[in-house]
Amino acid sequence: MTVDDLINHTGEWLKGTGPQSHIVMSSRLRLARNVERVPFPARASKKDLAEIIKIAKAAFDASEYFKNTMFLKINELDTLDQQFLIERHLMSHDHAATSEGRAILISKEEILSIMINEEDHLRIQVMQSGFNLNETWKIINMIDDILSEKIPYAFDEDWGYLTACPTNTGIGVRGSVMLHLPALVMTKQINKVLEAIAKLSFTSRGFYGEGTQATGNFFQISNQVSLGHSEEDILQNMNGLVHQIIEQEEQARQALLVQNRSVLEDKICRSHGILRNAHIISSQETVDLLSMVRLGIDVGVIKDVEKQAINELFIMIQPAHLQKLEGKKLNTLERDVKRASLIRSKLGS
Amino acid sequence: MICDVCKKKKATVHLTEIVDGKMAEMHICEDCARERSVQMEQQFGLADLLAGLSDFGKQIKTEDTAKLQCSNCGLSYEDFRKLGRLGCSECYNAFRGHLASLLKKIHGSTQHLGKRPVGRSVAPTVTVKKEAKVVKEVKEDSLQGLKTKLQQAVLSENFEQAAILRDKIRILEKKDKTL
Repeated sequence: MTVDDLINHTGEWLKGTGPQSHIVMSSRLRLARNVERVPFPARASKKDLAEIIKIAKAAFDASEYFKNTMFLKINELDTLDQQFLIERHLMSHDHAATSEGRAILISKEEILSIMINEEDHLRIQVMQSGFNLNETWKIINMIDDILSEKIPYAFDEDWGYLTACPTNTGIGVRGSVMLHLPALVMTKQINKVLEAIAKLSFTSRGFYGEGTQATGNFFQISNQVSLGHSEEDILQNMNGLVHQIIEQEEQARQALLVQNRSVLEDKICRSHGILRNAHIISSQETVDLLSMVRLGIDVGVIKDVEKQAINELFIMIQPAHLQKLEGKKLNTLERDVKRASLIRSKLGS
Repeated sequence: MICDVCKKKKATVHLTEIVDGKMAEMHICEDCARERSVQMEQQFGLADLLAGLSDFGKQIKTEDTAKLQCSNCGLSYEDFRKLGRLGCSECYNAFRGHLASLLKKIHGSTQHLGKRPVGRSVAPTVTVKKEAKVVKEVKEDSLQGLKTKLQQAVLSENFEQAAILRDKIRILEKKDKTL
């Protein structure tokens, strides 16, 4: 398996299925784990980094579970492939930026990815479609158990798993739920919701990762606390919070449908129309229009488009994806042209 | 401003307390605040309320911290303060005292309650302690839930909500004693 094998399909998490998938795009859990005594990646020598890769690789090779995975050294990838993996939410910008002594393991369906020598020695990530934190936890917990039999994890009786950043100390779990909240944005209630989230020690950020603005009405909700609560407690709290946000979004959608139906239908169908007909389109415009079409599918205004196709487009329309699909480097205008033609073909026009 | 409690030292800590639904402001000195913090911890297990004060008791002298260094990776405490990242798992032992208050500030707790690595045995003495704790936790399950909510309310400075939760906790704790 190589990076090129990924281009012809997209990750399991984009299927558009699973619980509450009319609002929740995906559920993701990330575990931070380290090897005891070996300096954390930022302070590790070349030898230390190589040692960690060796330890991790041996653990992967020893278990049947990692059979359908690919193991890549980041500095052996060209910048386009690195960017491609970032766009697919499989690795971070930081991981690509310091490529020396860094590696990644990716499962075939892209449910699992493990960054080796990012901020921590291991950053294990599991993603699922829809609102599915409990299932996601079962998977990642099992993977963690398998690895902990082979890897001497840094663990403290009082403080749990020891991590490079003290904000991850404890369970080392960061849960993230990606929510599509167009109605809360349109009815101008979103800031109230985001304020409430912040008050409950959760944080929100955009679709395209840390430090990004919310685009396409997507908001990623994550926990901030990791010490003093069990994994189940944290997930339960997140579940409760997300359920409340889902309810709010449902009410806002209902209100729009009742009070402003024709305005909403017009907005949705115009968005669909532009996407089906444009020949040059920027990524920002695409994301905003896709968000409207996704809403249109979810509220039943658009009936002849698969949600999976829309979900996949959010990923496929990014620069590295377009260039890998085209098989060559493209400038901005060429990308805008390629993006429009990809969308037209996906939307069957 | 003079401390409301001892009426001697300068008040540098400003508290808002809600008693019977009425909001009252208090201005106290560091020493009295620390004493109060201990009292509150005993009352609700909630030193977090004054997490911001936890360093006052042991305000670190520069010459002490300058010497602090991890013997495994060589990271100094000063560097940790600048970078915000630890150097290796042993740093947690080297800077244990200072990290405890930091972890408490970040997470509102210094006790791991999650899973442990497979096959990592617990030291016998600790096992006894942990078992006793588990029993207590089960018993105080709903109480614990309220306390967590109280922590969140306090951290987000939602004092009205905190006051309601505090009253609920008091009622539960009284009930517990009568059972």
